[in-house]
Amino acid sequence: MAAPDRPLDAAAFDEAWWQRHGPKIRQMRIYWHTYRRSASAMLGLGIVGIFLAVAAAGPALVPYPEDAIGAVHMAQKLLSPSAAHWFGTDEVGDDIFTRVVVGTRLSLLIALIITGVATLIGVPLGIFAGYRGGWLRELIMRVTDVFLSVPALVLAIAIVAALGPGIVNAMIALSLVWWPGYVRLIESKTLTLKNESYVAAARLSGASTARIVFSHILPNCLSPILVKASMDMGMAILGAASLGFIGVGAQAPTPEWGAMISIGRNYLPIWWWYVTFPGLAIFLTVLGFNLVGDGLRDVFDPRSRGR
Amino acid sequence: MSLFILKRLALLLAMLVGLLAITFTVSHVAPGDPASLAAGPDASPQMVQQIRQEFGLDRPLVEQLWIYVRGVVQGNLGHSVRTNHQVLDDLLTFFPATFELVTVAMLIAILLGLPLGVLAAVRQNGWVDHLARIVSVSGVAIPMFWLGIMLQLIVALTLGWLPLGGRLGLMTDPPATITGLYLVDSLLHGDGGAFVDAARHIILPAMALSLPALASIMRVNRAEMIEALGQDYIVNARAQGIAPWRTVAVYALKNAMLPTLAIIGLRYGWMLGGTVLIESVFDWPGIGLYATQSAIAQDFQPIMGVTLLIGINFMLVNLIVDLAYGLLDPRARAAA
Repeated sequence: MAAPDRPLDAAAFDEAWWQRHGPKIRQMRIYWHTYRRSASAMLGLGIVGIFLAVAAAGPALVPYPEDAIGAVHMAQKLLSPSAAHWFGTDEVGDDIFTRVVVGTRLSLLIALIITGVATLIGVPLGIFAGYRGGWLRELIMRVTDVFLSVPALVLAIAIVAALGPGIVNAMIALSLVWWPGYVRLIESKTLTLKNESYVAAARLSGASTARIVFSHILPNCLSPILVKASMDMGMAILGAASLGFIGVGAQAPTPEWGAMISIGRNYLPIWWWYVTFPGLAIFLTVLGFNLVGDGLRDVFDPRSRGR
Repeated sequence: MSLFILKRLALLLAMLVGLLAITFTVSHVAPGDPASLAAGPDASPQMVQQIRQEFGLDRPLVEQLWIYVRGVVQGNLGHSVRTNHQVLDDLLTFFPATFELVTVAMLIAILLGLPLGVLAAVRQNGWVDHLARIVSVSGVAIPMFWLGIMLQLIVALTLGWLPLGGRLGLMTDPPATITGLYLVDSLLHGDGGAFVDAARHIILPAMALSLPALASIMRVNRAEMIEALGQDYIVNARAQGIAPWRTVAVYALKNAMLPTLAIIGLRYGWMLGGTVLIESVFDWPGIGLYATQSAIAQDFQPIMGVTLLIGINFMLVNLIVDLAYGLLDPRARAAA
């Protein structure tokens, strides 16, 4: 390192910087290289990228933005797909393409919040249970087991029923049932990491628990968290759409995919486009996130490749 | 082995108490006042107060939990405001339909998923393997309720091959109840017409319900088979000249079955969750439809009942899977 009183010359600075960050960057490049080789993972990334772009641009992209918030044009109700209405129109004459596109932002946002809340609750609990052990670990793990003993969707319906239907309550309910999976995943990972020699070395050299957790345990938990979170984005989209479909989630005229299908199924079989396009949107986003999750898992855990 | 079973049963009981605590918390921490809900919109404050006392809603929470648990143990799951029946009676009425649907769906998933997984593993990168890969990624991504609707649209409404929903056609009388499963009861009565009608009605919902399970059973079985087929004992069996079908179907499959069994148990639970959606799509009169209709009516005693019943079911299946594990794998027995 250059002495502080001398100006650091650019070459030395570059070298110091590279020494510090080089390994990480090289690792990232290897990850990317491995990821890129899988066609399905790249397909997933493409799908997710497109849907993220659509979610970001949202209302700016669509031909009839007012249709997403409950405009009524009875003169054009239930028109079949055409150049003016790519996905046709619904029972009050709203453009389904507009509603599906605007719904993208909503679905991704819901999924992000559910996955985010689940991670924020589940990961600390998992690390705590795994690292500390004792009766608190028992308590946390047994509660986790109980939550995992009922299908998440059923428990979510029960909670929404108690809170009352609506999109916010659906989100709360799904977040409340989503965290236990993270506790189980991170607890077992922490248990393994705790016995690694570098953690023992850190402890022997006097590192505090906080330091061990934040600089040794948590960074090593990131890859399983990332894989699970990516898969869960897809599953949360499915969950929210399912609640919307049953009628306890988003309510009309909110442009939510599940709620749209729920109304659209009353217009089968003649007005088939009403249920078809929102369903395809759900399928594609979930598929995209699942493929990305699979790809990430293959990158981080080469033994699982091809499974 | 009996110690193993006893331990598992004790664990099961503890889990049940935990589940009861969750359903209790959900129904008592909810913002709505259950007493005024139960009394109906036109009730006077006195009537609401009377109901509150009757149901013990004015007592401390811990005491209420105790009353609740005691009630559940005695079979009192509360009362449905919507159907005006005891929840337990409703559950007993609706459960056979759900059980029948889930069982048929699981049979489809296993009977198709296992062989496909084996074939995909034996002929890696062959056309079965490619098909299996497509099914396994799309099977878990398709929204189940939408798949059901698409099947209705194509097979029932457009082609007219199978009925749209329900358990039986209007012209068919349900067979007298023995097990409550129409497929079984109609056979026991020798009523071929009812059997065919019941079978025609169950195909579409069972197919829609089975796809995610089929996909993951196939995926796990394929991966385990590939691993097993690479082991030394397979090479040895081949070298000894044991018939190829035997090395695959007996030597390898036996070892690939354990993780597959675990995924079957797990998927059974998810399927119980999925019935809630599929029964709404196909008007299937099971506990799932009962739960959604109650949820929309904000009648939550029945939902708690369904949650408990599904939880118990899932726990029992996991217990059976654990026991099968213990029977099949001496290492699992030793570990427990």
